[in-house]
Amino acid sequence: METRMLNVRINGRAYEVPEGITILKAAQEYANIDIPTLCYLEGISEEGACAICVVEVKGAKNLQRACVVKVTDGMEVWTNTARVREARKLNVELLLANHPTDCFTCEKNQICRLRELAAEVGVREVEFPRTRSEWLPFDETSLSLIRDPNKCVLCRRCVNVCAKVQSVYAIDIVGRGSNSMVSTFLDEGLGNVECVNCGQCLLVCPTGAITERSEIPGVWKALGNPDKVVVVETAPAVRVAIGEEFGMPDGTQATGKMVAALRGLGFNQVFDTDFSADLTIMEEGYELIGRLKNGGTLPLITSCSPGWIKFAETFFPNVLDHVSSCKSPQQMFGTVTKTYWAEKMGLDPRNVVVVSIMPCTAKKFEKERPEMKTAFHYWQEKLGLRDDEAFNDVDYVLTTREAAQMIRESGMDFANLPDEEFDRPLGESSGAAVIFGATGGVMEAALRTGYEVLTNRTLEKLEFEDVRGLAGIKSAEVDIDGTILRVAVANGLGNARALMDQVQKGESPYQFIEIMCCPGGCLGGGGQPISDHPDVKQRRAEAIYREDAGKPIRKSHENPEILEIYKEFLGEPNSEKAHHLLHTEYCDRSCD
Amino acid sequence: MIRNELLICAGGACITSGEKSVKDALIEELNSHSIQEEVQVIETGCMGACDLGPIVVVYPEGTFYQKVTPETARLIVSEHLVKGRVVESLLYTEPETQQKVASGAEIPFYTRQVKRVLRNCGVIDPLSIEEYIARDGYFALATALEMSPEDIIGVVTESGLRGRGGAGFPTGFKWKATRDAKGSPKYVVCNGDEGDPGAFMDRSVLEGDPHSVIEAMTIAGYAVGAQRGYMYVRAEYPLAIERFEWALRKAREYGFLGENILGSGFSFDIEIRIGAGAFVCGEETALLRSIEGKRGTPSVKPPFPAQAGLWNRPTLINNVETYANIPQIITKGAQWFRSVGSPKSPGTKVFALAGNVQNTGLVEVPMGTTLRELVFDIGGGIPGGKKFKAAQTGGPSGGVITADYLDMPIDFDTVKELGTIMGSGGLIILDEDSCMVDVAKFYLGFTVDESCGKCTPCREGTRQMYHTMERICEGKGRDGDIEQLSRLAEVVRDTSLCGLGQSAPNPVLSTLRFYQDEYRAHIYDKKCPSHVCKHLLTYSVSADKCVGCTACARQCPSHAISGEVKKAHVIDQSKCSKCGTCYEVCRFGAIQKE
Repeated sequence: METRMLNVRINGRAYEVPEGITILKAAQEYANIDIPTLCYLEGISEEGACAICVVEVKGAKNLQRACVVKVTDGMEVWTNTARVREARKLNVELLLANHPTDCFTCEKNQICRLRELAAEVGVREVEFPRTRSEWLPFDETSLSLIRDPNKCVLCRRCVNVCAKVQSVYAIDIVGRGSNSMVSTFLDEGLGNVECVNCGQCLLVCPTGAITERSEIPGVWKALGNPDKVVVVETAPAVRVAIGEEFGMPDGTQATGKMVAALRGLGFNQVFDTDFSADLTIMEEGYELIGRLKNGGTLPLITSCSPGWIKFAETFFPNVLDHVSSCKSPQQMFGTVTKTYWAEKMGLDPRNVVVVSIMPCTAKKFEKERPEMKTAFHYWQEKLGLRDDEAFNDVDYVLTTREAAQMIRESGMDFANLPDEEFDRPLGESSGAAVIFGATGGVMEAALRTGYEVLTNRTLEKLEFEDVRGLAGIKSAEVDIDGTILRVAVANGLGNARALMDQVQKGESPYQFIEIMCCPGGCLGGGGQPISDHPDVKQRRAEAIYREDAGKPIRKSHENPEILEIYKEFLGEPNSEKAHHLLHTEYCDRSCD
Repeated sequence: MIRNELLICAGGACITSGEKSVKDALIEELNSHSIQEEVQVIETGCMGACDLGPIVVVYPEGTFYQKVTPETARLIVSEHLVKGRVVESLLYTEPETQQKVASGAEIPFYTRQVKRVLRNCGVIDPLSIEEYIARDGYFALATALEMSPEDIIGVVTESGLRGRGGAGFPTGFKWKATRDAKGSPKYVVCNGDEGDPGAFMDRSVLEGDPHSVIEAMTIAGYAVGAQRGYMYVRAEYPLAIERFEWALRKAREYGFLGENILGSGFSFDIEIRIGAGAFVCGEETALLRSIEGKRGTPSVKPPFPAQAGLWNRPTLINNVETYANIPQIITKGAQWFRSVGSPKSPGTKVFALAGNVQNTGLVEVPMGTTLRELVFDIGGGIPGGKKFKAAQTGGPSGGVITADYLDMPIDFDTVKELGTIMGSGGLIILDEDSCMVDVAKFYLGFTVDESCGKCTPCREGTRQMYHTMERICEGKGRDGDIEQLSRLAEVVRDTSLCGLGQSAPNPVLSTLRFYQDEYRAHIYDKKCPSHVCKHLLTYSVSADKCVGCTACARQCPSHAISGEVKKAHVIDQSKCSKCGTCYEVCRFGAIQKE
């Protein structure tokens, strides 16, 4: 059906716009007018709460909210009258009256939407006093995120992302009027409720009300300690986003500069999480093959994404046997570094510090899981370690943003650094590992290896286009020598929930499912640079696939370092040793 | 064989002033005289004259006994019912003539009223569906089920009925829009979340005549094409909930609700939903969210409920009083409905009359009645010989009508011209001792507390306005405050998301319009002309009246008063906390307050 076109006048000029368009979009797309917004997030947060985007509409008694009011035929809109400007300015002033003024030290100071908005509408003075009598305590219960309710402007973007995109519903508005605030169930704090630590709330927060729990000071301290060997690993999605922090275009492949910068920070070894992503493919691929051959529980579901894992443990505890027992690449890396590599290098694992740079906030939670002390158990008897000397496999997790901050602090001119290579032996990786950073990547990587292992034939076309792209749920059928493998990929937990509901009912048509917690996969993770560019995820994804295409090795099982670690240390994929070191177990969190 | 009926008002005010013990005393006394079989005791809904409660009316005579206590209740039995002698001491005394009035029908408070919505309240036993039926109850439903839905909507539209919840939107339009809307199922909702302070019109209807609302909602369901209705009522109205629930059960038993109503093939039922006490849930979009089990916060209109209401389906939502008008419009016709009231606001309006007025309570008068008739004829004037100053209408969303407009007919449009709103019908009378700045601050404080917090202007703007009002009343007003209040009020009105915020500045705007001199006195002269704002008062001892009894000095909590016995005392202004204790305890009128 053809869309009906409507006549609208915006600031006196006539436009033809399609039926169903909001005033905001019509002004933006047809009249080149950017109406300022604060609480609006297209498709996710469309509540008209902040009252910043107000415009005059002829015949309407009150100012109308451009973000939610749709254009009607013959409508006359005025976006720039004295009445409109006064209303916007005053409403911003009202928000500022109770907002902390610690902008100098605020983590979001360079990217604060509220600060930007105050400048846009021309607030030069706030004539109103602070009316909230008390400063509210921070929510520091989470291992990943910290909330400062004092900086919250009650825009509800976080609430809507958590509910509508992630279907987690960890936060909502409590209290009313000027006492209303974003909080958790019974004000228990993010660390004590169903929050999966994904950090999507942080990405959409227009102020500094939600930030990651920074681990920068600990990393600087370790780097300054001559007794420690500080090893860094970088996740695939970091390299295609970190450039944004330094003004480089979206989708810049900055792998070499990132390696150079990290080396410049003083890390003793700059390794690649992609190495352990290849390892994950070996372990998970063989787990899938085993289940297919032996009639195991299917579908098998990937386990790389710690936000997804906590989600499954919280909402689907009775089907956890579907989830692969493989640790995530980050945790495999930590274990391998402190066992295989430390042994190989003759290092005391207690002096090895593993720092991982992740596009993710949930990884901060993951590294603290009690199961993630495998290297300690490996060494306990050999070195005669006491229980209270237990150490984590991964010591520090930095988000992409935190890594960029450290680079800024060091004064390096990131964009002009020469490209450098990862250190060996944990720095080699295949193209299959790189694409872990995009939704569908783990699936594609697993198919590349699975196909060749099962058929003993070389895969002609490495690209599985059906599982690529930013769609929420993708599915494909792969012909493996006449056997059809049905696979599905979900990104964003709302989409994951849809697939899991099928699994729970025993109605899932798939044998293998990839689930990534964040929209777009890791490239859209809660630890990534904050951006309001609509196509930033697309650009990052393109960079990831370019990186893959440019790699000499594009299949995990062809990575020579992977072959070496199995030969020297692990034996076979899914061997007892591999199981002991690289696999984990899950718990029921439904009653937490 | 029943020879007499004793009607006891069981409205909220009478219950709080001891109706239950009066009833117990009556029954006990009837038993002791062994006439319990001859006299029936019936608890009714609110009779309206709340300041006269507890009220007992003896039928068939219609003798109206006021301010009955358990002791005097026994007299009604032993004197009136046993000996046939009217208990003179319990009759209403007409204030002007000092004549005793035996029949309720002759009390001016009642004679001036036109009871349509309240026609059954205080007359029938709300727990008896038979009594409702005996008063033509469910006749309208039977009539409507033989009409086409379009004809019903036609009659409602023609009657000119406008929503009694506050905004006065034409009811017929809403019905038609819901009927015409695409989507199913459709829903019918009754807004019984009456939240204005001092308002209890809807509560009285639900408590006193619940079937009228059930009947109307069923007619509405048939007219708009809905099979399910929700009665949303606030948890603070337990008696209304109890009686409505009972009435629902009876209506189902009698086949007025449920499957295939009266053999028409039309099915409809109603569920009660209880609100948790948020004022904003009286706003229709917030109310619908609350019924859905979500947090009650408003959303932007359009879409209107008629297009996308409950669970995004077309939903008709009217308030209790609006529905209560419907059965009679169906049975008596649109022309009958228009026979009272003003052309653009036909029919009657129920007001909750309160404040500084002789007769407080529930009154129903034709639209277009003047404020003077309401205050002086029905309300009996201002107590203590004080002067009328203003009437506050529309609760926290409204404003004031001043003495200059006493003779203006009150309807939806006239009050709007004065910068206030009809609202749901709260009418607070203020005498000359009221400080209008303080009154505005009170109502604004209510909105600040009840704002849901969703939109910036309502959440933050009203708070800032309140902050300024507080400063002004504390004597810390500054030059520029009036301008700042006006600036805030304008933007809060213009940009708030829902009616609550849009109307929240009204009490301030209205008093700024009519009583700006009082604001100026507070801000610039640091005086409260009505001697209400504590911080702006100065207490002093008049030396020629003070006998030196030391009472004030002994009672003063801040030890601000000194003086020798039998000599004039002095108040140390630096210590005075302005609590007013000295003023209260002085028996010689020697303490001056200015």
